[in-house]
Amino acid sequence: MMKQVTHFRTLVRAGLIAIVSALVVLAAPGVGQAEESGESEALDWSFNGPFGTFDRAQLQRGYKVYREVCSACHSMEFVSFRNLSEEGGPGFTPEQVKVIASEFEIEDGPNDDGDMFMRPGLLSDRFPAPFPNVQIARLANGGAFPPDLSVLAKARVGGPDYIYALLMGYEEAPAGVELAIGMSYNTVFPNHQIAMPEPIFEDAVEYDDETEPTLENYARDVTAFMMWTAEPKLEARHRMGFKVVLFLLIFAGLLYATKRKVWAAVH
Amino acid sequence: MSQLHGEPYQPKSGFMKWMESRLPIMGLLYPTAVTFPTPRNLNYWWTFGGILMFCLSVQIITGIVLAMHYVPHVSMAFESVEGIMRDVNYGWLIRYVHSNGASMFFIAVYIHMFRGMYYGSYKEPREVLWILGVVLFLLMMATAFMGYVLPWGQMSFWGATVITSLFSAIPYFGDMITQLLWGGFAVDNPTLNRFYSLHYLLPFMIVGVVVLHIWALHVTGNNNPTGISVKSKQDTLPFHPFYTAKDGFALVLFILFFAIFVFYTPNILGDPVNYEKANSLVTPEHIVPEWYFLPFYAILRAIPDKLGGVIAMFASIGVLFILPWLDTSKVRSVSFRPLYRQFFWILVIACIGLGYLGAKPPEGAYVIWSRILTAYYFLHFLVILPVLGILEKPRLLPKSITESVLGNGDGDKAESKG
Repeated sequence: MMKQVTHFRTLVRAGLIAIVSALVVLAAPGVGQAEESGESEALDWSFNGPFGTFDRAQLQRGYKVYREVCSACHSMEFVSFRNLSEEGGPGFTPEQVKVIASEFEIEDGPNDDGDMFMRPGLLSDRFPAPFPNVQIARLANGGAFPPDLSVLAKARVGGPDYIYALLMGYEEAPAGVELAIGMSYNTVFPNHQIAMPEPIFEDAVEYDDETEPTLENYARDVTAFMMWTAEPKLEARHRMGFKVVLFLLIFAGLLYATKRKVWAAVH
Repeated sequence: MSQLHGEPYQPKSGFMKWMESRLPIMGLLYPTAVTFPTPRNLNYWWTFGGILMFCLSVQIITGIVLAMHYVPHVSMAFESVEGIMRDVNYGWLIRYVHSNGASMFFIAVYIHMFRGMYYGSYKEPREVLWILGVVLFLLMMATAFMGYVLPWGQMSFWGATVITSLFSAIPYFGDMITQLLWGGFAVDNPTLNRFYSLHYLLPFMIVGVVVLHIWALHVTGNNNPTGISVKSKQDTLPFHPFYTAKDGFALVLFILFFAIFVFYTPNILGDPVNYEKANSLVTPEHIVPEWYFLPFYAILRAIPDKLGGVIAMFASIGVLFILPWLDTSKVRSVSFRPLYRQFFWILVIACIGLGYLGAKPPEGAYVIWSRILTAYYFLHFLVILPVLGILEKPRLLPKSITESVLGNGDGDKAESKG
């Protein structure tokens, strides 16, 4: 009996070593990230952690902020309208998404006369870009190109924490700091000079639920939405991960018992 | 070396008898993979060979599926990877397994190599086995480097630009080699195309060298934690079931470690900048290779001269080829080499330190430390190892492996118990 207890301990220890060593490796670059991005503190997102999921209502609000504010300048080239009703996303119904899509004008063609034409968006369409090309986008934005938002939440050190901090980071330039023409002061942006003017203010977007129309809520909701566009399979990944890890722990236990039994004769 | 042949295969069924008299494949595999005599005292550090076979298989299988969906063109590569992440069934899983799999492969290979250094597995009669291992390491590095270019993100492009430009430092042939690598005069579509082709080819060359590596292993047999040679049948156990059971358990723990990355934090080992599409007009602030190349990158940048840096970087791997002859000690295992044990761990710390410095910008104290550690790296192999073998007084070796396990021998008994 005693012996079995020690075996069990050894097994638990081996499993723990695998998990702890994974966590140690994970923590190491994490520390470096916090150090580099400076101001972006880690926030408590609903999608954090091994069981994290998106908050449907938050994604729907975030979509509204994107639609009414961000999409004026930023494209979302990898996201299709159909994605909005897919599992693990904002949870719009397909009917709602059809309406959403039809609010966009999409260029199609050429038709039988050889002409391009505009039609309302369909579920299968991608979000149309606000500018036809990079040059026009630059021309309209004082020489700066507004980046595509599809995977931006993964393309910055600090991820969603950074995006949120950036949206909240606009301030009056401190005395002595001279901003270049058209630039705004931002506490978290590298060099503190950002070409994007402060994008959103309180009460700019009317929420459909009871959420307060504050800057914090806008920033949080649209950041969560961008995390979903960057990682639309996050919920499926977390769900499968739980099953896989559970299976592997049990399988490791069985293999450990097998190994003990096989080796018992020669020890 | 007769003790290294396991019990021969005896076909039992009529079909296998018929088959064996025509193609004796079981006659070949059975004594090498089933009854192969393996030292009875191998600890868990020896399970990484099997783990590496697993890593290679996973990379090849996931890679072949990814290749079905990936488009090797500068205007489509980044988009097709996002297509895999979004629209291919379980594409996110396959891609994250493949991208994290590269890191897992390197974690396993570094443990495997340091295990070989710790227990003197490169020494006579295993020099060729070790050299084939270094060849595998080089092939792995080339494969991983080219694979990292394929998603055509910012770091793919700029990493490729920096690394391929290194070859231009080679006198006389430099420009020719870089133009050959690029397929033009800069990293562009032809570069992406040839890297894609080679990234598909090299893993199969790795498979070929793995076959040689295992062949060489089966001629000399495994080294073991005591470093003393197998002397009698009593010192060994048949590979199956003893080491299939032990390797199997270790492999599942490794997969558990792997799975935590894939499912819970799949992007942590990669650079966020690579989620931005390649842009030849915008240089990222810091161009940093993947973590597994960082120690070599630190050595490259430690030398103020471009050609010198390239030579130092290649020499840091080149020196491993002659390691069997640099180490003059007659004793293999660190267990009986009290001084070498200290220097081994100092080397490990130096390598980790170089890895840390490789991720830092090349300025100030980082450069000075890179130089100190680079110098130490070469000092370890070129001076300390040869001298240590002469000066060090090894501890008394046990008479046999069996004695070290069952008797009152020294060895790494605690580890070998498992």
